[in-house]
Amino acid sequence: MSFEIDIEKRLGDAHVALTLDAGDGATVLFGPSGIGKSSVLNMVAGLLAPDRGRIAVDGDTLFGDGVDVPPERRRAGYVFQEARLFPHMRVRANLLYGAGDETEGFEDRIGFLGIGHLLDRWPRTLSGGEAQRVAIGRALLSRPRFLLLDEPLSSLDRARREEITRAIEHVRDVVKLPILMVTHDPGEAERIGTRVVRM
Amino acid sequence: MLNATEWGIVALSLRVGGVAMLVTLPVAFALAWLLARVRFPGKVIVDAAIHLPLVVPPVVTGWLLLLAFGPNGPIGGWLQDWFGITVLFRWTGAAIAAGVMALPLMVRAMRISIEAVDRRLENAARTLGAGPWRVFWTLTLPLSIPGVLAGAVLGFARSIGEFGATITFVSNVPGETQTLPLAIYSALQQPGADSMVWRLSCISVGLSLIALIASELLTRRAGRGLHVL
Repeated sequence: MSFEIDIEKRLGDAHVALTLDAGDGATVLFGPSGIGKSSVLNMVAGLLAPDRGRIAVDGDTLFGDGVDVPPERRRAGYVFQEARLFPHMRVRANLLYGAGDETEGFEDRIGFLGIGHLLDRWPRTLSGGEAQRVAIGRALLSRPRFLLLDEPLSSLDRARREEITRAIEHVRDVVKLPILMVTHDPGEAERIGTRVVRM
Repeated sequence: MLNATEWGIVALSLRVGGVAMLVTLPVAFALAWLLARVRFPGKVIVDAAIHLPLVVPPVVTGWLLLLAFGPNGPIGGWLQDWFGITVLFRWTGAAIAAGVMALPLMVRAMRISIEAVDRRLENAARTLGAGPWRVFWTLTLPLSIPGVLAGAVLGFARSIGEFGATITFVSNVPGETQTLPLAIYSALQQPGADSMVWRLSCISVGLSLIALIASELLTRRAGRGLHVL
C-alpha cells in the first residue's frame, strides 16, 4: 500500500477524520472546500499533528505508534495551492533548495516541465503557470518518496491547467511516484485520480 | 567648518553610536525573534521590560546603569574583579547607555520584520528537507534583513542622540564621554559659544536625517517584498 492513513483532528469547530488504504498511482481526495482536505495533506507532510491515528507511506510509519517524523525527514514532495517559491532566490536556487548534492543534470530530470529557460528569473517575474511548474520541479528534485498536491490547478487558466495536468500525469505514469492530491473539481479528480476518495 | 575639537566630538559620537548599535544588534535580533516566534509564560512582562527605556525617564535608566555597573554593582564589581576594567566615565559606558536606550526601537523594527516573514514559505522549506536551523539561515534571516537593517540604522541614530542616561551614567567628560548632545549642552552653558552650538546641532540634525531616510527606505523595501540578499 502506498498510503495508509487513519487520522482524526479537531480544528476549531470542524472535525477532520479520514481512513484510507491506497495503492500505487494517484489518490485524489475530492470534496467541497473547507472540509479539511488540505489539513489531511499537512498532516501527511508533518506540518500539522493529528489528535490521534496513524500515517504510513510504503509501510514506513510517519506518525503514530509513538512515532512523529519531523517534516524535513518525511521526504514529501509537497506542491501547495500557491507556488510558495522563495522570493529572494532565483528559479535555479528554488529548484535546488531540496536537492542536496544531486544537482548535476537536474535540468534533464525535470526537462518535461519546460522550465529550462526560466532558471535565471526571479519568482515575482513568473506567470502563475510557470511558478506552479517550478514548484512541481522543486518538489520532484527534493528526492521525494511521494507527492502531495493541494489544488495545484485552481489558480490557473484553462491552457495552463492542461499544461500542469500533463506534468502530473507524467509523474504518475513515468516517474511513478505515489501521489496524494486534493481537489474540489470533479473533472480533475476523474482525469488524474487512479482512485477518488470522497470527503 | 568644524575645528579639531569638534571633529573629535563627531568622531567620538560615531564610535559610541556604532559600537552601541553593533553590540545591541544580535541581542535585539534574538529578543525580536523570541517575541515574534515563541510563546512562553511571562512574555508580556519581558516585552514590557524591553520597552521600559522608551518610557522611563532617561535619568532613571542612567541611575540604574550606575547601580549595575558601579564598583559595587553586580556587573561593575564582576568586571573590576575579573578583568580590572570599569566603564564609568569611559566611552564604553556611553556606548552601553546608548545601546540600552536604543534597544526597544531596534527590537520593535526587527520584530515586525520577522513577523512579516511568511510562515508558509518556512513550511515549504521544511517539506523540502530543511531542518529548523537551515530554515532560519536561508529564509527567516534573509527575508527579515531589510527590517533588521532598518532597526539597526534607527538604533544608531538613537544612540548618537542619547543624552539623559549617558550624562547620568558616565558624566560629561570631554574626549571620553562627551558625545554630540552632551557637547551641545556644555556649549549652551558657555557664553559666546553660539556658533559651536549651531555647527554641532546641524551635524546632529544631518546625521539623524540621513539615518531616518535610510531606515525608511529599507522599511519600504521590506514592505515591497524585495530583498537585500
